[in-house]
Amino acid sequence: MEGTDLFFYLFSALVILSGLMVVSARNPVHAVMFLIFAFINAAGIFLLLGAEFLAMTLVIVYVGAVAVLFLFVVMMLDIDFAEMRAGYMKYFPIGALIGFAVLAELIALFGAWKTKSGLNVVKAPMDPELAALTNTEALGRVLFTEYVFYFEAVGIILLTAMIGAIILTHRKNDRARRQNIADQVARTPEMSIEIRKVETGKGI
Amino acid sequence: MPTSTASFLGAYNSVLPEVILVIGAMALLMAGAFLKGKNMLFISLAAFSILILAAVVLYMQGNGTTALFGGSFILDPFARLMKIVTLIAAALAVMMSYDFMSRANLWKYEFLVLILLATAGMMVMISANDLMALYLGIELQSLALYVIAAFNVNSERSSEAGLKYFVLGALSSGMLLYGASLIYGFTGATGFAEIASSIKTAGPSLGVVFGLAFLLVGLVFKISAVPFHMWTPDVYEGSPTPVTTFFSAAPKIAAMAMIIRVLYGAFPGITPQWQQIIVFVSIASMVLGAFAAIGQTNIKRLMAYSSIGHMGFALVGLAAGTQIGVQSVVIYMIIYAIMTLGTFACILAMRREEGPVENINDLAGLAKNDLTMAFLLSMLMFSLAGIPPLAGFFGKYYVLLAAIKADLVPLAIIGVLASVVGAYYYLRIIKIMFFDEAAEAFVPMHATLRSVLVASGLLVIGFLAYLGPLEAIAGAASKSLFN
Repeated sequence: MEGTDLFFYLFSALVILSGLMVVSARNPVHAVMFLIFAFINAAGIFLLLGAEFLAMTLVIVYVGAVAVLFLFVVMMLDIDFAEMRAGYMKYFPIGALIGFAVLAELIALFGAWKTKSGLNVVKAPMDPELAALTNTEALGRVLFTEYVFYFEAVGIILLTAMIGAIILTHRKNDRARRQNIADQVARTPEMSIEIRKVETGKGI
Repeated sequence: MPTSTASFLGAYNSVLPEVILVIGAMALLMAGAFLKGKNMLFISLAAFSILILAAVVLYMQGNGTTALFGGSFILDPFARLMKIVTLIAAALAVMMSYDFMSRANLWKYEFLVLILLATAGMMVMISANDLMALYLGIELQSLALYVIAAFNVNSERSSEAGLKYFVLGALSSGMLLYGASLIYGFTGATGFAEIASSIKTAGPSLGVVFGLAFLLVGLVFKISAVPFHMWTPDVYEGSPTPVTTFFSAAPKIAAMAMIIRVLYGAFPGITPQWQQIIVFVSIASMVLGAFAAIGQTNIKRLMAYSSIGHMGFALVGLAAGTQIGVQSVVIYMIIYAIMTLGTFACILAMRREEGPVENINDLAGLAKNDLTMAFLLSMLMFSLAGIPPLAGFFGKYYVLLAAIKADLVPLAIIGVLASVVGAYYYLRIIKIMFFDEAAEAFVPMHATLRSVLVASGLLVIGFLAYLGPLEAIAGAASKSLFN
């Protein structure tokens, strides 16, 4: 098992390092690249855990779609990142203070926690029938049966998000030129041609 | 497995209201797209009828308790009552929105589609008996609400309201999920019944309490209780008034029902632990609602602080942790919905030739211009302040009584004091309407608004007439949570 241990530490270290780089990189494009790197390493950890479906979904959804979308936005919008960070140092002390206070609370809380030797570890029993299947097949079996309610609800949530995005951004743009075939067909020569008698030597 | 279509539908008829709402929303979407924004009245009526139809279907289903989808969806008398109230509140908000939205040139069929989807989310919230169903219901409701808060895309304040609500709502959802993951980690279950039995056998572990605290942050954000109320005044003020009307009643009822089910369904074993959180939130909301409203000049902002205070009062009953407590919260929420919808009918009617107005001083001398409206509004104000024998008094009476019976006397005393302070600003509105120099009259009230106002005024004044039946219904509903 030493090989997997080694890879676990490798992937975890890289996730943490690239996570740090995401927040500290000066160039936003680099930050997004590090984010992608963090996702790929996290996918590696999932793979070590035997969750290959999650690993692939992470790569496809987060790297393939979300991160690329980030990149598009970062590159297409002209955001002045220097200006956005202007307040950073001003708010850093108070932010750090709150962060440390929460951390101290968490440490105090979990430090005072007496763990018994017989810690009540709760483990959901694994269905033997499902254990023999691949991740994808096992997920598919429950997704459309036991969890169909959640599945449908998520579908409706996505529909809502789509309607919302369209309402908030779509506006009637008078400058956009659209082809209206009915208008084109209905055009008559009288509408666009005017015949004038031009007198010689005078012009129109 | 059900064999035929008929028995399949029979087995799943408990989710019929949700199905009606969602299919109705999609049908309206198609109708709106093909009618190209024409036939406004027809689409509004259709949305109204869909909401009422769902309520009627619920009413017809009788008094049984059914659990579906592996226990993640439950329909008991409590859920049924809260759903019917939510649906009626939503339907009235749709009815009251028509006049305002069409005059303000804001009418779009998507508004009604989103209201139907948000209401479907509320239905899922009320019936949620599992942390996952709870989260999905909240998200479905919230996403639709974020969008309709920003519905007036040409108004900077409306966009600000939507954005502020969205950012804070996303934060609260994150908290809620963090709490849910802790609870799942320490109990090994997401179903409320399984969580409750796990806590019963393993005792209150620190991790579960921790998770519950985070979960409650996300939940009380939805009813805008202090200290998670910051969004409320800005969203109430910035959103178009019909949206505020919708926000003020239906989502609050649904969220309160959801909190009740979470606390009594999943965490009855650690009542003392959540009781102190609820007591704190309740005191903070009542006090802030009473004091912060005093300086307001905008009536929508004032109603926002008023709603914060009222949610504080409802939580007093919840803090009691008893069946009488739940009963009192149910009664309180129904009365609150009646009062707030009537008040918003008046706010929607505050309109002069040049457009809607929303300052409290615009109500000056209303008694001389429109005595009926002034009288009914002042009755609603007296009721919101909690003056007997109006409905609001009994709402407060029941929750305070439940608190005293549960030995929470200090909480009840603070509640009474906060309601005395709060009475000041409600009475100030009455004083402005009756004793101030008359301002320019409003344009005549639209029939939809007037009918809601009259109905709510009558329900508030004649509360004693239906006190008994209401108490019985709320009692039966609350009993279904305790067996």
